[in-house]
This record gives sequence, structure tokens and C-alpha cells, in this order.
Amino acid sequence: MPLDVVLASRIQFALTIMFHYIFPPLTIGLSVLMVIMEGMFLKTRKPVYEQMARFWTNIFAVNFAMGVATGIVMEFQFGTNWAGYSKFVGDVFGSALAAEGIFAFFLESGFLSVLVFGWERVRPIVHFIATVAVSLGSIFSAIWIVVANSWQQTPAGYKLAMAHGGLRCEITDFWAVVFNPSAMPRLSHTLSGAFVLGAFVVMSISAFYILRGRFTDFARKSFTLALVMGFISSVWAGLAGDTQARTVAFTQPEKLASMEAHFHTEKHGTGLYMFGLPDPAAQKVNFAVQIPDMLSILVYGDPNRPVTALDTFSPDTLPPVVIPFLSFHIMVALGSYFVALTALGLFMLWRKRLFETRWLMWAFVWSVIGPFIANEAGWVTAEVGRQPWIVYHLLRTKDAVSQTLPVAHILIAIVAFTLIYILLLMVWVNVLHTKISHGPAQAPSKPPGKPTDLLDTASFYIDPSRDLLRGNLGQEELPAEENK
Amino acid sequence: MIDLHILWFLLLGVLMAGYGVLDGFDLGVGIVHLFVKDDLDRRAFMNAIGPIWDGNEVWLVVFGGALFAAFPPVYAAAFTGFYAPFMMLLFALIFRGVSLEFRSKKQSKWWRGFWDIAFSFASTAAAFIFGVAVGGTLRGVPIDGAGSFVGKLEDLFQPFPMIVGLFAVATCALHGTIYLYLKLEGDLQKRLHNWMWSAFGFFIICYIFTTIMTLIFEPHATTNFKKYPLSWIVVFLQVLAIANIPRSIFLNKPLQAFVSSACTIIAFTFLFGIALFPNLLTSSLNPEWSLTVYNASSSPLTLKIMTIMAAIGLPFVVTYTAVIYWVFRGKVKREHLQY
Repeated sequence: MPLDVVLASRIQFALTIMFHYIFPPLTIGLSVLMVIMEGMFLKTRKPVYEQMARFWTNIFAVNFAMGVATGIVMEFQFGTNWAGYSKFVGDVFGSALAAEGIFAFFLESGFLSVLVFGWERVRPIVHFIATVAVSLGSIFSAIWIVVANSWQQTPAGYKLAMAHGGLRCEITDFWAVVFNPSAMPRLSHTLSGAFVLGAFVVMSISAFYILRGRFTDFARKSFTLALVMGFISSVWAGLAGDTQARTVAFTQPEKLASMEAHFHTEKHGTGLYMFGLPDPAAQKVNFAVQIPDMLSILVYGDPNRPVTALDTFSPDTLPPVVIPFLSFHIMVALGSYFVALTALGLFMLWRKRLFETRWLMWAFVWSVIGPFIANEAGWVTAEVGRQPWIVYHLLRTKDAVSQTLPVAHILIAIVAFTLIYILLLMVWVNVLHTKISHGPAQAPSKPPGKPTDLLDTASFYIDPSRDLLRGNLGQEELPAEENK
Repeated sequence: MIDLHILWFLLLGVLMAGYGVLDGFDLGVGIVHLFVKDDLDRRAFMNAIGPIWDGNEVWLVVFGGALFAAFPPVYAAAFTGFYAPFMMLLFALIFRGVSLEFRSKKQSKWWRGFWDIAFSFASTAAAFIFGVAVGGTLRGVPIDGAGSFVGKLEDLFQPFPMIVGLFAVATCALHGTIYLYLKLEGDLQKRLHNWMWSAFGFFIICYIFTTIMTLIFEPHATTNFKKYPLSWIVVFLQVLAIANIPRSIFLNKPLQAFVSSACTIIAFTFLFGIALFPNLLTSSLNPEWSLTVYNASSSPLTLKIMTIMAAIGLPFVVTYTAVIYWVFRGKVKREHLQY
């Protein structure tokens, strides 16, 4: 593949979207857990739940900031690099993107401030409403962007028309666009993946505290809650994934064939590869472990009915095989692992040995990497598997690019993005590390007027050393509160 | 029946003005950030915009989405044409966002200094690039008959757009300084009083200079004022608003000064729109090739759907923006610095 404007733009898009997608599923998943924790605090008024809500909100805020900062790129990138695409789909795709802005971004960005800064400014119930609003906002955002993406995979509710000297898609039926054939299965699968990630992040950090014997009550409660959600959403992700794959089989058969490296159509049922490394040149899968007839059973519920293979389609409409196959299989393997691990966790919880089983706790600490990879791998499968089309069977990726862009400019942008993102990644890990080692604040809400408070305040003013330290700052100014 | 093409031209103006007024002041805070040296003062600056900058930036994102949806060819041509400046803008916005978020997370002097500089430079660069984009759009861009950008990078960084860029920096700096005066208290606020005068001086020099340059180099920008004589009212109101800024500073009525600078920005957006209309992108090669609200819009049905969405969504947006500004009303307290 020559490094032309198409490939350069694809690299830029892949880089920016994959880096961005580290954060949104995490914030979606975490926000749901925060709603539950804060809801439990309102119901029980136990301080530990408030401690949980506050700490995870804190972690959430860091990730949210990263999501916003890297997300702005997404909104403009269609125009900067994909002018052909923008003109072709703007009529349909643009409205979904605008809807995301109006209905989701304002909601989450607005109420985030109440979430982070509002603990002392608003009543607990108002704060809870803000948490719900942020969580809803992040889910709305997922809905609209998944709808937009799904429309690229399975276009519906449009007509082709001439405009501005070129062909473009125009909406004919808004709801048919929203409920295009792959939208709801994809949404269900995407959200479940986000919930799994949120749960695993909470479990990882909590398990770490449990292993270190810090904040034990806090950590056990957080872990248990996340474990339940992790198990439910892992099972949900599996079921939704099954529906999703079947949707692909019927709507984009060549994508399923490449995900399964299914080169030749048989006369009998089609097997399912558990492992393997496809070799597209030789049209076979090396090191393969296959379950006979299984793919036919999964797709049609009939072991004898063959699944359409790559040889049925015209070669210039075929997606690449190796990347979709590997990313798909990595995702499925990880998904199965999440179900197994969380099921084991629940079993040990029931036997009351969970928090004492150190190797299992360590497994949970490290398993957090899994859902990050699985979420990315899922999208790689969906997007690479759609090639060579940018809009399935309507517009090819190579015709969608901004042809007039100088390749050198894109390359400079790619290098700059790479450097900036490496820096951001280091900063992100560093800040999270600081927050995690600092841990949750103890006893977050002291009722005012307690004797200890008065004493503290009094000693503060009496202590002469403090006065010396404060020097010329003036009597009424206290040193700023240490940042948490 | 309202002409939806014009309605969406106006709505884009509303989004742009909303962005200018709201993010304008937090960009301005960033522009003047390095002028205070003390760590607590800098934290006070950041806390003044802390809870709201993120929501302010959404106006830009929605502007991008709305432009994409309502006028796809404009979105495609403008963003491809302005590729290099827009990439710089994105880098600036990324840095700005994370520097706000990360600056005070560590005690280290080196760490804080780095993010202070990143915050201030990125804010200045973002304001400057917005100005360059506005100036470049006023000037016209090389787009061909197919609505594709066919120019080079040098076409964009011409003297006139750069002057508008500088002017945007001055406007944000003034708007931001007034906002800080409004939100802060004590000794720091006293110092800001003098800053407001300096910022206003810088602004008024840039304002006069930019106006003269526009009249000399881009005389076509005033053609529409002959066609729509009522738009002179906006010019008049803007002059009043600008004149009211030093008056309010002198009388120590910061809220009035802030409202005046906000009105100034709204008026600028309006004048920008009048100068362009009905074009969204004027072709510098052939006026026939310009992208207008009529020849570059989405289909009528899409505009209708979008209008319904805006009618449902915007009241909510305005409501909770108001609620949030109300929740975070009042002065920034030094005891409660969170950034």
C-alpha cells in the first residue's frame, strides 16, 4: 500500500479515534456505578457510600477530561480529512452528530461541574440528579454516535440524489435512519462493553486496596458492587455480541466471512475457528482449531446450512482478513474470560473467600487491561471489516478522502498527535496513580459545629508557627486546601 | 413558512456567538494567566473558569456538528481548506483542556510551570486561530466550481487574517479580564482593575486598526450594509456597548462591563454574518463558485428535522446552562480552590 492521502488519513483517523475510545466507554461504565453508589447513599445515608461516590467521581472526572480533550478532534476530522465523505453523507450523518451535541454533550459537560464541584454547593438530592444527568448524557452520546456509525454499516431511510454537482444521500425517513438494521444490536453490544470496562476498573483499583489492606470497607463494597455489574454486563456483552454477529451475517456477509477467515463456501455446515492465523495469500488458516458446523449453528441454528464465504464475492469488494479475524477472536476470547473470571469471583464471594484469595485479587487487578483491549478490538473488527467501503456498498473509502490535502501535512499532524497522545497517556497514568495511591478521603462529610472542628479551628489560629508561615498573606486567608 | 436556509444561517450565528461569549472569557483568562506569578493567584484564575469551561467548549463542538448537518459542503471545504490551522487549533484545545485538569494535581514547581505555560499558550493560540479563520473567511478562500478547496497553506496566513487573529486575542483578553474581576475578590481583584484598563487599551487599538484594515483591504465586507441598512443599528449598538465598557470600569460596575463586552462579541458575530450573507464561504477565484446558504445546504427534510431537534434541545441547553451558572455564582473563595 503506497503512503498516499487515503492511507495517511486512515492512519490519522485510526490513531485519534482509538486513543479517544480509551475514555468514553470508561466514563459510561463508571457513571452508571456512580449513580448506583450515590443512590445507595441517599437511601441508606451510610458515609461509606458517600465516600465511594466521591472517590469514583474523582476518578471519573480525570477520564472525562481526557475524553473531552481527545473528542473535539472527532467532531472536526470528518471535514478536515474526509471532505468527500462529508459531502456524501452530511445530510444523514451530520444530523446524528448534531443531535449528539445538542442532546448529549451539553447535558454531560454542564452537569459534570455540579458533580465535581457541587458537593458543598447543592443538596445531596440535586447532586444525585446531576450524576444521573451526566450518566444519561454519556449514554445519549453513545446512542447517537452508534446510530451514525451503524448507518454507515447498514444504510437505511435515505435516497441518492444529485446535489452540488455530485451524488449524495438524503434522508427520507428519520426513524428508519435511527433504527437502521444494525443500530440497536450494535448499541446494546457497545454499551455492554462500556459497562464491563467500568466494572473492571472499579474492581481493579478496589482489589489493589484490598491486597494492600487499605480502605478495606470502602474497597470491599466497591468491589462487590462492581463484581455484580461486571458479571451481568459480561454475560450481556456475550449475548449482545452473538446477536450482533448474526446481524453482520445477514447484513454484511463479507464482513462475517473475513472475521471468520472463511475463504471457501462448502456444501455442508461451516465450522467455527477457536484459534488460528489466517493466510490470505494461501486462502487458509494456519494453526487452526475448529469446531465443526458451529458457525452454521450460531448463524442459522442449522448445522448443515453453509455460511457464505469470501469466494462468493467480487474480489474488489472484499475486506482484509487478518486484522478483522484477529481482532474479532481476541475480543471473543477476552469476553469469555470476563464471564469466567466474574463468575468465579461471584462463586468465591458466595463462599466468603473472595477477598482472602490473593491470587484472584491480583488477577482482578491486572484484568483491567482486558476490557480496554476488547473495546478497541470490537471497533477494529467493525471498521476494518467494513472496508473497502466507508459507507457500505455506497461509497468507497478511497473516494471519501479530501483529495487536495498535502500528504506531508497529514504526516506532520500524525507525528504531532502521536507525541501529544504519548504525553497525555503518561500524564493520565501519572495522575490516576497519584489519585489511587492517595485513596478515598476519610469521613467526607463532617456535620459542622462538632467540638473537634472548633478545636481544630481554634488551634489553627492559636498555633504561632502557622502565623509565621503565613507571613504577609493576611489574617483572613487560610492556606489553600490540599488538592485531592 | 420560515426559510429554513436562513434560519440555519441564524442558528449557526447563535451557536458561534454563544461560543464567543462563553468560551471567549475562559480563553481570555488563559491569555492573561501568565501575568500573575503567584501560585495561589494562578489557581484562583483557573478556579474562576473551572466548573464551566468544559460546557462552554461544547458550543464549538455543536457548531461543528450543526455546520456538518446543515451545510455539508461548507463543512467539507472549510475544514479541508483550513486543515493546518485547524489541526493547530485542535492541539491547542487538547492542551488547554488537560492543562486545566492536571495543573494542580501535583505540587512540583516544574509540573505546574509546564502546565501554566501550556494553558496560556494554548488559549492564546486558540483565540488567534479563531480570528484567523474569521479573517480568512471574510477575505474569501480559493474554492473551485466543485466546492473543493484548491489553495495552499500560504493563502491562509495572509496579513489580514493575522490582524483579525490578533484582534480576537485582544477581545478575549478584555472579556476574560472583566470576567476575572467579576469572580475574584480582595487584593487580586484590585490589581485586576488596572488590568482591565490595559486590556481595554489593547482592545481599542486593535479594534480601530482592524476596522481600518477591513475597510481598506476587504471593502466587499461592507457591501451588504448598503443592501440591509438596518444592520447599521447593530454597528451603532456595538459602538455604544464598547463605549460602555470603560464607563462601567470607571464606575466599578463589573457586571455591566461584562455584559457590554459580551454584547460586543455578539455584535461582531452579527456583523461577520451580515458581511458574508448569503455566502458561507466566498470563493476568491470566482464569485459564482461561492458556497451559499442556498446552494450548499442539506435537503429540506434534513433542515426540518434539525429544526425540530434544535427546538426541543435548545430550551434545555439554555435552562441548564443557566442553572449551572447560578449554582456556581458568587466569588471564587481561596479556601475552596479545587484546581
